Parts: sequence; C-alpha cells; structure tokens
Amino acid sequence: MPSENKSPPIEEWRNHPISRSEQTHLRVLEASHSERNYWSDLWHYRELFAILAWRDVAVRYKQTIIGIAWAVVRPLLTMVIFTIVFGKLAKLPSNGDAPYPILVFAGMLPWFLFSSILSEASSSLINNASLIGKVYFPRLIVPASAGVVALVDFTINLAILFGLMAWYGYQPSWHIVFLPIFIAFAVVASLGPALYITALNVKYRDVRYAIPFVIQFGLYVSPVGFSSEIIPSEFRFWYSLNPVVGVIDGFRWSLLGDGSHLYMPGFLASIGIAVFTMWYGLRYFRGAERAFADLV
Amino acid sequence: MTDIVIRADRLGKRYVIGHRTERERYTALRDVLTRSTTRLLRTALDVARGRQLIDGDEREEFWALSEVSFELKRGDVVGVVGRNGAGKSTLLKVLSRITEPTRGRVEIRGRLASLLEVGTGFHPELSGRENIYLNGAILGMRRAEIDRKFDEIVAFAEVEKFLDTPVKRYSSGMYVRLAFAVAAHLEPEILVVDEVLAVGDAEFQKKCLGKMKDVAGQGRTVIFVSHNLAAVKALCNRGLLLAGGRVVRDDSVDAVVRQYVNTSDAAYSISFAANSARPAISAIDVDSEALAERHLIVDIHFASPKPLHTAVGGIVLRADTGEAVWGSNSRFHPSRNPVKGVAYGVLRCEARRLPIRPGRYSLSAWLGDWHEDYDARIDVLNFTVGADDAHSLLPPASAVGHLDWPAEWGAAFETREASIA
Repeated sequence: MPSENKSPPIEEWRNHPISRSEQTHLRVLEASHSERNYWSDLWHYRELFAILAWRDVAVRYKQTIIGIAWAVVRPLLTMVIFTIVFGKLAKLPSNGDAPYPILVFAGMLPWFLFSSILSEASSSLINNASLIGKVYFPRLIVPASAGVVALVDFTINLAILFGLMAWYGYQPSWHIVFLPIFIAFAVVASLGPALYITALNVKYRDVRYAIPFVIQFGLYVSPVGFSSEIIPSEFRFWYSLNPVVGVIDGFRWSLLGDGSHLYMPGFLASIGIAVFTMWYGLRYFRGAERAFADLV
Repeated sequence: MTDIVIRADRLGKRYVIGHRTERERYTALRDVLTRSTTRLLRTALDVARGRQLIDGDEREEFWALSEVSFELKRGDVVGVVGRNGAGKSTLLKVLSRITEPTRGRVEIRGRLASLLEVGTGFHPELSGRENIYLNGAILGMRRAEIDRKFDEIVAFAEVEKFLDTPVKRYSSGMYVRLAFAVAAHLEPEILVVDEVLAVGDAEFQKKCLGKMKDVAGQGRTVIFVSHNLAAVKALCNRGLLLAGGRVVRDDSVDAVVRQYVNTSDAAYSISFAANSARPAISAIDVDSEALAERHLIVDIHFASPKPLHTAVGGIVLRADTGEAVWGSNSRFHPSRNPVKGVAYGVLRCEARRLPIRPGRYSLSAWLGDWHEDYDARIDVLNFTVGADDAHSLLPPASAVGHLDWPAEWGAAFETREASIA
C-alpha cells in the first residue's frame, strides 16, 4: 500500500495503521536487567551492522588513491624486507619447495588480518563515542563492523598473493578449499582479544597506547617472516599457545599445500585458546556494555 | 488492552563523581605521599574489580534521577521541563535504553525511537544520499522504509541538487535540514525528542514544529524536552516538571510551565561549551542591577573557529505566559560599531526603560550574519524585570497584556443642574 502512495508524508503517516503486533510489544527496562533476547536483538540490528560496516569501508576508500595504494604497498614492502632478512641474510628454510616470498606472504595475510582487526576494533567504541551516547543499539555492532574493514583489506591482500603465485608459477594444492575455515579461525582469534580490549579501552583510555606495541612485538614473535617448522620440536607445543601461530600454520598448510605440515597438537591448542579468548572477550564485553554510555 | 504506553516506577539513576579535597595551605610531602598511596591502592583495587575509575580523593554519589514515577497514555504529548541538571536528559537516556536505570523499572509498550541530537552519526565525507541511509539506520529505520520515504526526505530537506555532494561541503543550514528531515520521517509509536528545535533558521524551526504537531496529532506518544517554553506550550498537552532528579509536578502543560517559570531561580548569566565547527554563542550576561530600573543590558559573547565577516545578534523577551513580548536584532536596530573580521567578541544590546510590565521574563539570544543563522539559545535566562509590587493593582497580564504604557486619563464633566425632585 505505501509504496505507490504519493500523498504527502503527513497524510501517509496518519493513514498508516499501527500494527497489532507492534502494539503488544512490551519492553521492560530495569537495573542490571540482563537482556534475555540479546542475540535476537543483535539480529534485529543486522541492517545497522551492514550500514556501519559499509560506512567504515566507504570512508576508508573515499580518497581512493591513498586507500587502495596503502593496502597494496604495505604488505608488499613488508614481504620484500622479510624475504631479504629472513630468507636471504638469515638463510632460513622455506616449507617444502615454496618460494620464500610466497611463504612470507601466506603468513603475512592472516597476520595483517589479525593485527588490523585488533587495532581497528580496539579503538572503534571510542571513535563512535557520539553515537553511543545518543542512540541505543547492541554495542557489539561497532567493533564487529570495524572488523569488516580489515576483511576488505584482507581480500585485496589475497588477490596480491594469487598474483604472486602466478608470477612464481606456484600451484596451490587442493588444501585451498579449507581456506574459508582458516579465515574464520583468524577472525575468531582476533575478535576475542579485540572485544576485551575495546571494552577496557572505554574505561581506561591509555590501553590503546599499548596496542601498537603489542602488534609490533607480535609480528616478530609470530611465525610471519619464517616458518614455524624451524622451532625446535620440544617447544613447538608451547609456541602454539599463541593462537596466531595456529592461524598462520593453517594458512600455510592450506595455501602452500603438501610442503607444509600441520602440527596437530599445537594447532588444536591454538584453536582452544582462540575459542576461549573469544568466549571471555564476549562475556567481558557484554558485562561492560551496559555502562558504555556513561563512560564514553 | 491497556492504554498506558509508558509506566515508570520509582526510577533512579546514580552517577559517581569524584572530588579533590581542599588543598592544604602548604604542601607537605607526607600528605602527598599518603594521598598518592591511597589513590594508587584504590586504583589498583578498582582495576582488579573491573570498576570504573573515579578521579579525585572523595567520591560522591549523585542521583540524577530518583523516585521518578509517571504513566503516559497513548497519544499523550508530554513536555518535560526543568533547569539544567534537573535530570531531563538522563530521563530521556534511560527511556531510550542508552543507559540503564540504577533502580526502579520502566515498561514501554510499542516501538520507541529517540531523537536526542540532530544528525547523529552523520559522516562528513559521505554524500547526502549516503548519510540519509546511514542516519536512518541509526535511528532504527529499515532499509525498505528509507527507500520508500527517500524522495519525501529529500523534498523536506530541500537538498535535491546536493544529494551526491559530501555533507562536509553543505552549509550548516542544509546540514541541519537534511538531518531533521530524516528524523521527521521516523514512524515510531513513541517518539522521544531532546532540545533539537534549537537549531536551524526560524522558518525551518516552524516547519519542524509543524511536523512534530502532526506526529502528536496522530495518536502517537511524544516526550519532548525543551527549554523553549513557547514550543512546549504549543506542542504538548501534559507537562512534567523535574527538579533535582525528581518529578515536582505532573499536570497540564500550562500549570507546569507556570510553576517552572515562577519557581526557577533567577539566572543572569550562562555560558555554553565551545563549538569548534561553527560560530556560536559562548555566553550571555544580563546586567542584573539595571533590571530593577527596567533597563535591559545584554552581552552576547560569541566565538567562531574563523574570523567572521560580520556578526549580528538578536534577543527576545518572553513572558511567563509563554508569549514573546519584545525583541530586537542588530539587523533592524543596526549596531553603532559593527563587527568586522573578528573571531571572538561581545555584542551588547541596551534597551532603556522598557515599557513592559514588571514580572518574570525569560531571554533568548540569537547569533547570525546578514544571511545565515549561526546559533540560537532559547529561554536560557530567566529573571524579574522591574519591581515586582509596583503594579499589584493592575489586572493580570493574561487579561490586559504585557505592555506597561502610561495612559492619561481625564474626564469631562457636564455640570447640569440636576433636578432632583
């Protein structure tokens, strides 16, 4: 009825019946009233999530030349430097017959996804403070939509990797069908700590100064520039307690194929840690969520 | 089916604020040490418990709302009035689910949309078209709903030609029009509106007020917070007077506005937070001593991010009955030393021996230039003009008006020899 209605808005509005279902909708607001239908509420706000994610992406690539170029140049230069330092100078071995640049790039792909979700999502609530103080919506939407920007960057990087593989004439194996699973794993592994940090950041504003340090540190601690197979086997399990290790190993296994072996105990440990952090981050976020508007 | 759409039951909202205890006359290292140690310990404890950190040495609990109870029926249009800090905004935030109450409960029946700010979430880099969708989604509209109303929104905002221009290139008037247009096309059953009419030029404000009247006329429930008492009176049928976080009066709008105006303490001076984006009024001062003689001397302080080509000020006096009584504007009463090329300054307006009846008045101030409105602060000051008891014998202003103009009365006598038999 309303779509072909050309009457002025006021008329349309007046004639627009208030539906029965809406009328009976009752909402109770109480102190510490844990939202029973939190997840259905989140689903209800999916359009807002989509549009906020779209906004973040649009704003990022609005000045297109800088936006896209940055997404391309940064991983490429890092790859070149890591290949020279770790592959040429330190002469570290690659996985099987994979060219060293491809080994590095396959590790950098999840690393950049992890680090940009961590940094974008951690500051997202503070950056959207004006929104949080003025409108209600499930706050989880904000860090999640910031994560979408990181996924867009990731897609660009993935395209670069495929280009690189074509350049070296390197054939990916059938393992590549598992890539989406590892991408999901990377998102879970980064969103968990990101949720925790973003909630913490609302209370203690200096937390954000620690993030660049953590990311810089993590870049060298995680097997980005080298293969995790050079880690002595007795330490391999402990090394995998860093969930990023599992993510990177998974990516290399799926992209580089047979030359990479998945070290199962370590991989499962990484998954376990990532799932636990996700659960904890979500729990902490939900607990802190109600007070955000009073703090930002 | 019950007709009550909002029932608030003994609502309370507590904030914790910190103070610094008074400084000692001289600083002793011992005191500094004990103080920093306790502070450190307390901070560590708070972090461990995951509690909010409070700055300062002393904590004070502050109840922004306490024991607030009321019921709203479908179709009620309620004006919430009260001084700054009375709890109006907190109440709206609780009703809009932005913050949760510390005590009590609210039952809300139906879809509620809140409009606490015009243009929430507008992004300067995005175009007008993109911002309509963004802002609509933020206010709770579905995409299909926005699609359907898109043309109406654009027509209401009068921005057809600039739809694909980033809103950072919009004039402030266009920006506000677009933002309000989106909000005006919300179709909630309950609409919560905070002080949003204080923006835009007079004509657009009138349009917005009209739109809000339409909303109210359709059996939708509106909760409206404003300092603009004339707007409250024009729009609402019920009033809620808040003071110190409590409901002081819940009555007809006329009764509530009258009580508010007559009980609020006189205020002769007010300052506003700086606005870095556009020229704004930074403070308004009224000479309180001159008022007794019915001289109105008003200073409008303004601040602008860049030097202003020119600045024009305006004031309006409104009586406690809600009508505007008198106003002036340096467009029409030109200034003897016009503002040129300054970013900060004061516009002074002096009106000697105003011929208005002694009583309570509120003052609004406006800032603009020859073409554009920059800022308007409606009914922000409130004071008594003249000596209150001078004309106590006159009928009330509601009967004979607000003008105090001496008239000369005389009489003609016909001295006729009355033949009284």
